[in-house]
Amino acid sequence: MSTEVPARTRAKAAPKSSRQMPGRESADRKQVTQGRWASVLLLPTLILLAVVIIYPVVNAIIMSFQKDAGLSSSGFFVQGGFAGADNYVHWLAQQCNGVSCPPGTLGSQFWGAMGTTFLFTAITVVLETVLGFWMAVIMARNFRGRSVIRAAVLVPWAIPTAVTAKLWFFIFAFQGIANTLFNTHILWTGSEWPARWAIIISDTWKTTPFMALLILAGLQLIPDEVYEAAKVDGANAWQRFTQITLPLVRPALMVAILFRVLDALRMYDLPAIMTQGANNTTTLSILVVDQIRQGFNSAAALSTITFLVIFIVAFIFVRFLGANAVGAATSSGKK
Amino acid sequence: MSATTVTTSRTVSTPERRRKGYDWGLTRTYIAAVVILVWCLAPFYWMVVTAFRDVGFTFDPTFFFTHVTLDNFRTVFDTSLGNHFAQNLLNSFIVAGITTLVALVVGVFAAYALARLNFRFKFAVMGFILGASMFPGVALVTPLFQLFTNIGWMGTYQALIIPDISFALPLTVYTLTSFFREMPWELEESARIDGCTQGQAFRKVILPLAAPATFTTAILAFISAWNEFLIASQLSSDQTKTVTVAIASFAGSQPHVEPYTAVMAAGTIVTIPLVVLVLVFQRKIVAGLTAGAVK
Repeated sequence: MSTEVPARTRAKAAPKSSRQMPGRESADRKQVTQGRWASVLLLPTLILLAVVIIYPVVNAIIMSFQKDAGLSSSGFFVQGGFAGADNYVHWLAQQCNGVSCPPGTLGSQFWGAMGTTFLFTAITVVLETVLGFWMAVIMARNFRGRSVIRAAVLVPWAIPTAVTAKLWFFIFAFQGIANTLFNTHILWTGSEWPARWAIIISDTWKTTPFMALLILAGLQLIPDEVYEAAKVDGANAWQRFTQITLPLVRPALMVAILFRVLDALRMYDLPAIMTQGANNTTTLSILVVDQIRQGFNSAAALSTITFLVIFIVAFIFVRFLGANAVGAATSSGKK
Repeated sequence: MSATTVTTSRTVSTPERRRKGYDWGLTRTYIAAVVILVWCLAPFYWMVVTAFRDVGFTFDPTFFFTHVTLDNFRTVFDTSLGNHFAQNLLNSFIVAGITTLVALVVGVFAAYALARLNFRFKFAVMGFILGASMFPGVALVTPLFQLFTNIGWMGTYQALIIPDISFALPLTVYTLTSFFREMPWELEESARIDGCTQGQAFRKVILPLAAPATFTTAILAFISAWNEFLIASQLSSDQTKTVTVAIASFAGSQPHVEPYTAVMAAGTIVTIPLVVLVLVFQRKIVAGLTAGAVK
């Protein structure tokens, strides 16, 4: 792993990508052959990704402008065909056949699901960042047995989310160990906030290790000398943390947060298994899945909205908060 | 790291003195380490304890192994209640195995190009692959549900493998690229100078270096496909149901009574191989997980 500070790595890589060597034709020709080779090597991956991702997405967008055939809620048969933006209006305005969707229908749950999704995302990512940072700082220290800790944090990460959901469902059962340990009598999955907290705690348990390991990798790039120098200059532990650790680990931290935010926005497994979306724990992904069997085209509109929401959040992160995932992945040149 | 150093002595710090100064901070570090250890392992431990506990003592809060029995594991594989756990395990192996294989075979070339060659649009290609890895699975399920229904693929293995490739392939390319970038490729040239043919240089120098990286990437891709739930829950039939879906809807002997101990046993069966794999290859896996995200 390179020991350079990321900012410097980026600066170094910039001239490399646009390398021009005037007077050296062989280098130019080498570049051309490399380009040709690269396209041959990349082609299978790009074709496969186009088939498994771009084709379905384009398909979904086309579907989202079609009417779902079948009985309308007011009882008469509706033909399929071009629907314009009706499916989008249905979700965004929560309109069913020109009136607002009655409570209980999927159509009435859009903004609620959107709110729940963002609520889960905000709380879990904040918790995971704080806890993960703390874990990373501990794991970065030199002590006997730290490899045990580093191995242990991989355990929650390796457990399938479906199993995690069942495990925490058992822990949060009415007679379960959580109520026994804390001497409480909470019906965890039975009402709104306990159910939400049960999901948030499970998610935090499952994904904090991933966050901690990403932050740890960032911490390990900071050379010890920087701390030594700061100490010589009289900086105390808190100053060293805020003035050195935080700014230098920021690129890695932002990428880790970006990964987690995008992952949390598509959260499905935990609420789907623990509460089936009951008690206002329905996320956008759950709403899409529930809609599939009630009408493909309407579900396609909803999944396109979900995709766009995630895309916009990713864009904001990369553009305004400096989470340079692509840069981190492409820029570090060979030593 | 140095952040913990608490120097109690004012004299020049010799190595021994510094170590003495460390002690207090070290105690705090160990306390924190134990907290992390318990937080990460206690729920997992509870699953294993429950898996081996008699069903009559499901909610017994005793923290160590009591009422130990293998009954739950027998229940898991019992098909009389409508569960087909052995078949589900096999399905997961087939789906995750083929997904991993395809992703590796295709992705290794792309990773080589991204790590070793200079070409235009490299940044754009990497961006596309990264974007693909964060693509929400739910956006694929709707169109694929209709498509697979129309062409009669519902309940086939390819109906699960194809969408799984959408996240396994980007993950593979992404991880392998950062591994390949770290490899000492100069050795290839040295081998050529020392008289190896290109084929020999590849087989004797590059392959041994690339094998661990490829293997680690395979583990990561396999785990991600093995753990997949959303796609499998929508696009599988009873015949192709994977373990994650099976565990989520595990049937007990009485309706409306959750068979906790059996589910914990099933969870243990599904998880133990992963945990062993992860602990054995711990270092490599951490390197693979964090590869690319930080440089």
